[in-house]
Amino acid sequence: MILLENLTKTFRRAPVLNGIDLAVGLGERVALIGSNGAGKTTLIRCLLGEYACEGRVRIDGLDPRRQRTAVLGQIGFVPQLPPPLRMPVGPLIEFSAALCGTDPARIAAVAGRLGLDVAAIRARPFVRLSGGMKQKLLIAIALGRDARLLIMDEPAANLDPEARKIFFDLLAERLADATMIISSHRLDEVSALVNRVVEMDTGRVVLDDKVAEDVALTSRLVCRIALKRFEPAFAKALDGWNFAADAGQLVWRGSIAGADRLRFLGILSRYTGLVSDLSLMES
Amino acid sequence: MKQLFLTARLDIVESLRARWFQIYTLVFGGIVALLFVFGLTESRVLGFIGLSRLLVTYIQLTMAILPIFVLITTVRSVAGDREAGVFEYLLALPVSLGAWFWGKILGRYVVVFAPVFLAMLGAVIWGHVDGIEIPWSMFAYYTALLAAMALCFLGLGMFISALARTTDMAQGAAFLVWLALLLFLDLILLGVMIQGRIDPELAVTIALANPLQVFRTAALAMFDPQLVVLGPAAYVILDLFGTAGFQFFALAYPAALGMGAALCGYWLFRRGDLL
Repeated sequence: MILLENLTKTFRRAPVLNGIDLAVGLGERVALIGSNGAGKTTLIRCLLGEYACEGRVRIDGLDPRRQRTAVLGQIGFVPQLPPPLRMPVGPLIEFSAALCGTDPARIAAVAGRLGLDVAAIRARPFVRLSGGMKQKLLIAIALGRDARLLIMDEPAANLDPEARKIFFDLLAERLADATMIISSHRLDEVSALVNRVVEMDTGRVVLDDKVAEDVALTSRLVCRIALKRFEPAFAKALDGWNFAADAGQLVWRGSIAGADRLRFLGILSRYTGLVSDLSLMES
Repeated sequence: MKQLFLTARLDIVESLRARWFQIYTLVFGGIVALLFVFGLTESRVLGFIGLSRLLVTYIQLTMAILPIFVLITTVRSVAGDREAGVFEYLLALPVSLGAWFWGKILGRYVVVFAPVFLAMLGAVIWGHVDGIEIPWSMFAYYTALLAAMALCFLGLGMFISALARTTDMAQGAAFLVWLALLLFLDLILLGVMIQGRIDPELAVTIALANPLQVFRTAALAMFDPQLVVLGPAAYVILDLFGTAGFQFFALAYPAALGMGAALCGYWLFRRGDLL
């Protein structure tokens, strides 16, 4: 699906990508991780044909610079930072759908599944939406068509837990027919989504390894947390995860997406002194 | 073609919501309104009276405002969009670079030309309602002149946007271009010529190459063949071309200059990094 050979990119004689060789097959889900300045964004922009670079970049055997419409027609892209577009949501969806050859209703349906009512915000400028709404809409535009390659830069960063669950479900529906590249600063944010990890540092691939696929994207974990005493900060931290407490607010119950377990445990780790009992069971 | 029109429409929708467009429209609409309010149609200067007087004043004011407005807003929005990540996202959609670049120019051309034209059209309609005689040939030529002017400076703006990598650099370069065009108006060239530093032929050639000078001369050429209100280069230029010849040149040259600049911009845009 993706073939990079000796990919090199320099900005004013400063190398940002140093001869990267990488092959990604159909159906692979790759976490592209690394610190700031590692070269992740530059690599993604080379894949999208937005940067002129040395070496060879091929997607399905095509050059994204020379055959950009054919290549980009296969790619769904979610950027890390939403673009400050002034146009209303409706025209943005119609524009994207017309270019990508999909039905705007399909994009709206994906947005609806993520909890975004497109009809209610059609006339609102995209730039005026909240961070989460923008992210949902960009995900809907990327997933609301038959993209064979999904390139996503921190796609779930601005989503609430409920929307993340649905996002994982949407990704799970595409496992058979799409390759995914998910970029992040932290592996724990995306580890459950991928089956391969590529770590970059100073423009080189420093780690390329497989990940055991023990966590299904659609799995759910039933969770029970018992507290020694009630703490308002804890209740606030669980806000958005749809947990319910008993009358004394000492026992909390809910469910989380299997792919979200590390993120959830990361939140709980801040209150370890409060927790007297914790159980997570696959449902 | 579909991609080109989609991109043009996108640019129009974006521009209509931009602050610069609202100010731009207000400025040109305001100029026409003020010219009527101050009774310019009733005053007589150098033989111009009625709506022709208003149109001459309007085109002179437009020549002062439109170039810098179009240059700065074009480079600001194009370079600004590139810096803010708009290009990163939209150029990841399956649109060809040709459709993207020329679609942007087409959309931008519509929003740049429409307010100046509609303001002038408004003046004509207003004049018609007031029973003022409408100088149709003047109106038609000034429309063509505005169209050429918009294309010229839009093309230059797109070229600068493709060349400069940051908004600050693009804005600085656009301002310098405008300043250089102002400095090479024939009245300034005359001063240099009098000091004996350049030949008269060179002064005329420079004036002919300057789209601002070309517009300035053409705007009055129809009505003042002696061009006493203009500088010496204009007189020589008209002597060389004749009035009709110069009127054609004043449309064709700036339009070709703008298209040439846009073509160079497109070449630069597609050969390097898009962001």
